[in-house]
Amino acid sequence: MSEFTIDVNEDNFDTIVINSDKPVLVDFWAEWCGPCKMLTPTIEAIAEEYKDKSSIVKINVDDAPAIATKYGIRSIPSILLFSKGEVVEQRVGAVSKEELTSLLDKTIEG
Amino acid sequence: MHKVIIIGSGPAGLTSAIYAARADLSPLVFEGVQPGGQLTITTDVENYPGFPDGILGPELMDRFRKQAQVFGAKTLFENVDRVDFSSKPYKLYVGDKEYETESVIISTGASAKLLGLESETKLMGFGVSACATCDGFFFKEKDILVVGGGDSAMEEATYLTKFASSVTIVHRREEFRASKIMQDRALNHPKISVMWNSEIVEMYGDPAGKGLESVDIRNIPSGEVNNLVTDGVFMAIGHKPNSDIFKGQLDLNDAGYIVTSPDSTATSVEGVFAAGDIQDFTYKQAVTAAGSGCMAAIEVERFLEGH
Repeated sequence: MSEFTIDVNEDNFDTIVINSDKPVLVDFWAEWCGPCKMLTPTIEAIAEEYKDKSSIVKINVDDAPAIATKYGIRSIPSILLFSKGEVVEQRVGAVSKEELTSLLDKTIEG
Repeated sequence: MHKVIIIGSGPAGLTSAIYAARADLSPLVFEGVQPGGQLTITTDVENYPGFPDGILGPELMDRFRKQAQVFGAKTLFENVDRVDFSSKPYKLYVGDKEYETESVIISTGASAKLLGLESETKLMGFGVSACATCDGFFFKEKDILVVGGGDSAMEEATYLTKFASSVTIVHRREEFRASKIMQDRALNHPKISVMWNSEIVEMYGDPAGKGLESVDIRNIPSGEVNNLVTDGVFMAIGHKPNSDIFKGQLDLNDAGYIVTSPDSTATSVEGVFAAGDIQDFTYKQAVTAAGSGCMAAIEVERFLEGH
């Protein structure tokens, strides 16, 4: 795993995502998901760039099926952006770095 | 200025990268929105020569990429969104960034066709899927539909029985065009049933809520429309070539495939070549794509020598 992303599971989800005082971008993924792998370099680049302004989190749906179900994930990769414990943005499938950074910027400023 | 830029990173693009790199052309590969191409959303690949026990699609493509990199190909996880082949050097754009090149290999492949309903686009990823291997996991003990009648529809339906409690294949005709072995595998499966002569005409659900909840299905001979409650719809109605950015720049056929000269990968523009599913509407195999990628790289080499 990258040094800038945080692996989250059902035990630490509330602490790291829900109770965070910074916006949190969550990437739902799995080993068997080819399109998820292609998103990895993008997520890691963003994690390094935004390390002071937000948390970039990865959730393996095989390890945390209850979280995937709770947020109605039906397809991966799925990106959820949390602010103050609430989902403020959601993207499914291939998404560009520019699109994700603009969502983050908007949420950080807001 | 680059000698050759390759657009796309499936078997065609990465094979052309291997050959071009070995010919000292320092190819630059734009991997596009689906790095590794269509094989990255399959499971076992059982018909690629050299792998008697089969190999996972994403792993096979990792190997292609590594092999290209070993010989010096540079690969970028970026998507070319505009090209200008009207004058030399040819120009490719990634957002506002411009790249100039003496030659181009296009291997942008194909992607899944959709029905074209507005509700389908809205619910894509929220119960509607074009990738069983990506999304099947989220439909454990659900009732789902697969749309299509070819080999890929049979394969997806059979694969989805691992998760779903029932799979119904919705097909427009009264027989499948899938191969006998694939049909038998699906039709003999206790979890799979078929709705013949039927098509989905509308989908209902809220992406922000429960996602897809039901669909309207029209019986084609009678015209009768019935609402059916379902948790998921998987599309398997074939593929369309990813040629939108080349419209008006290259000759395309009526279905949108790039037209290439007989026994060649040459397009209607000198120095621009096309390989793989973007120009192949007949075979569409990983190994034929790789073969045409090799042809394109050799043709690029000859083209550059002549200039």
